[in-house]
Amino acid sequence: MINLRIDDLDVQVEEGWTILEACQFYGLDIPTLCDNDGLTPYGACRLCLVEIGEGKNSKLVSSCTYPAMEGLKVRSHSTRIIKARKIVIELMIARCPNSKTLQDLASKYDVQKIRFKIKHEDCLLCGLCVRMCKEQMMSGAIDFVGRGKDRKITTAFDEKSELCRTCGGCMYICPICELRCQGPDPPGTICGSCLEMSPTCLDFSNDAQCFMVESGCGTCVRDTINKNVDEMEE
Amino acid sequence: MKDINKFKQVSSKIRKSQANESNKPCIIVSSGTCGEARGSKEVFASLKKAIKKHKLEKRINIKLTGCHGFCQVEPIVIIHPENIFYQSVQPEDAQEIIAETIVNKNIIDHLLFKESNNGKKIKFEKDIPFYKKQNKLLLKNNVFIDPLKMEDYIGIGGYSAIIQALSKMKPDKVIDTIKESGLRGRGGAGFPTGIKWSLSKKTKGDTKYIVCNADEGDPGAYMDRSILEGNPHSVLEGMMIGAYAIGAQEGFIYIRHEYPLAVTTINTAIEQARKYSLLGKNIFGTGFNFNLKIVRGAGAFVCGEETALIASIEGKKGEPRQRPPFPSERGIWNKPTNINNVETWANIPLIITNGAEGFSKIGTESSKGTKIFSLVGKINNTGLVEVPMGITLKEMVYEIGGGIPNNKQFKAIQTGGPSGGCIPKQLLDLPIDYDKLSDAGSIMGSGGMVVMDEDTCMVDVAKYFLNFLQEESCGKCLTCREGIERMLEIVENITDRRGKEEDIETLKELGEVVKDASMCGLGQTAPNPVLSTIRYFENEYLAHIKEKKCPAKVCRGLISFDISEDECNGCGACRIVCPEKAISGEKKKLHTIDQEKCIRCGLCFETCKFEAIEKRSGSDLK
Repeated sequence: MINLRIDDLDVQVEEGWTILEACQFYGLDIPTLCDNDGLTPYGACRLCLVEIGEGKNSKLVSSCTYPAMEGLKVRSHSTRIIKARKIVIELMIARCPNSKTLQDLASKYDVQKIRFKIKHEDCLLCGLCVRMCKEQMMSGAIDFVGRGKDRKITTAFDEKSELCRTCGGCMYICPICELRCQGPDPPGTICGSCLEMSPTCLDFSNDAQCFMVESGCGTCVRDTINKNVDEMEE
Repeated sequence: MKDINKFKQVSSKIRKSQANESNKPCIIVSSGTCGEARGSKEVFASLKKAIKKHKLEKRINIKLTGCHGFCQVEPIVIIHPENIFYQSVQPEDAQEIIAETIVNKNIIDHLLFKESNNGKKIKFEKDIPFYKKQNKLLLKNNVFIDPLKMEDYIGIGGYSAIIQALSKMKPDKVIDTIKESGLRGRGGAGFPTGIKWSLSKKTKGDTKYIVCNADEGDPGAYMDRSILEGNPHSVLEGMMIGAYAIGAQEGFIYIRHEYPLAVTTINTAIEQARKYSLLGKNIFGTGFNFNLKIVRGAGAFVCGEETALIASIEGKKGEPRQRPPFPSERGIWNKPTNINNVETWANIPLIITNGAEGFSKIGTESSKGTKIFSLVGKINNTGLVEVPMGITLKEMVYEIGGGIPNNKQFKAIQTGGPSGGCIPKQLLDLPIDYDKLSDAGSIMGSGGMVVMDEDTCMVDVAKYFLNFLQEESCGKCLTCREGIERMLEIVENITDRRGKEEDIETLKELGEVVKDASMCGLGQTAPNPVLSTIRYFENEYLAHIKEKKCPAKVCRGLISFDISEDECNGCGACRIVCPEKAISGEKKKLHTIDQEKCIRCGLCFETCKFEAIEKRSGSDLK
């Protein structure tokens, strides 16, 4: 067993656990996004930050990837953590403003205003789908491509992958493209109106990525028709 | 070669024969990447031709070496044994050098180095102010070594440190020596090397690896390149000693593919070391096995981070992962791995040969030895300098660097590359060591130093580094990827007259969180250029935001160009060069710029020989 101190509580955890597992075991509420029980920890979203160490040497680490070590001193809700978490949520919403998961997080952590230009991206690059595809569906059809601002998740060479079985695992696990909020969203604010929901879908139709390929939900078809109309008008 | 004594005999033979040659005149042409770019190969070829013409082939030697440091005046030719220093030599000077200096023993005046402030001509390298304050330990031998000839390295006493370690020292003793020396990692973070080694040694396991990190990527920094190009065997020897101490059997040199010359020299060096049985199985019958492989990096800056480098060697995407577990416990293919920077490895043979005290007597309390810096930017003498730790920035800029060109004022010095910060004028007395630089909001980094003068806009500098980092962040951590992009967005707004007063606070807040919340060293230091420029140059930010003025007149969104009535003689050069056809005017009459069309590219400003074009910003903007 490993002895450590979380929020001034002396606790014991199994060897090989992460700090997040330890915190969750003792009932501490740590927000997570790119973490999932069935997948290897990745540490991309930086929501599950905790503070370790003391004084000048204290630092923030992602609890999902950091191992619970003997004698470690962990704080799960210091002001430094809350401040960082708020900025993390603000950065997330600025990128993907329509996700209900993110808006709920914003509301929970009292993030009122987004100071950055809203981007309307469909992907937060949390990597859940990549790990789902590889580790649970044993496929590996999608992965990260590029780095920095050009990073994206796609199939090899952006072409329809032979490895993809259209299982829909990626869409199932995605925290962003689930029931997307379609409410009014003036730039710089969080709309808060999540009453109007429309079915999940991507902007474009690509049967490799839609698990409702047979029947279809209609959203993307509508988009395709609209696009065609636009093109004809041009 | 089966035993150590045989190698000792061979080396002493080589040393003797080289000592016999030492009085023979030798022409040395410095030809690192810097020299080659300025035509050293052509100079070498024409020197050879001239020697042939004078039928002197047997009486003098000629040698191509790596960079000597003073890159600004390449190609450099040095004539031994007198050590005459010729700079900026052109192929057509070759004939004169042979005829005058070699045959008639006369010094050619126009090839000598001229001091920039008083015009005095200097004959010998040691008298040049650029070299005076330096203490060259690592770069010293670059002058004597043809990097493609292992015999040259053996000739100056090379490979005696590994022989000493193998025959007289136990691995623990080697590690203790390195610990005592106080050597800290030269890659940037400054972790004590001896402690790193002992961690790898302690980890149980039959297979261990060592890695030489030659993925040098800071803009304007090329210390590692010049060591690999000039003295590759010193790095190999350091790695052999490290492998012996740690118990590693295999080593990797992770080198940038953009360094083709360094890849060639290091490849040749490995082949030669194999021929001399310094690499392979059961080296000299001591039971020590060691082999080296080269891995070429594909150019991602983040692969200099050790866990990303490991992933890259394994053939995966170069992406950092959580530490702990540290590479010393689980590195390449989950085996204990020890990673050091090129310069760190090159220091090892020196420490073994000269002893720990020999090394630790140089430097400050917390930082020992010498450090190579690449001094670039708005400075008179550009090049590589090796100085003892603890030298002040002022000595660096004004004595070694020779001050700022064109009588401009010094503004700041940027150390540590994109992870570093800008240090202002009032801190010029700061001694260079790991902790002092870190207290000043910058870092030592791998040794890049960019000097900036009054014509540099600090907001623009921050923008440049953010731009670099937003492309080079691996993109895994949201805070690093999105955070840098948003900081850049704000800084771009500021330089494009859309700045708001609260922007500075937002930048500070965001910067602190990116530092705090990112996983690897790249993200944890990425906001440094912004935070340090805000710390020391907040006035410039405020001028951009409040007065919509760029004090250095750099930011395109805040400046305008105008033609002065008094100076313009109507030559029309600006009108021809303007890509937007924004300048009009008749010949020999005053020209005018159409501000609507002007894109503020500055071509007219650079072209005008009569200083008739004025840059304006702030209230006098047109």
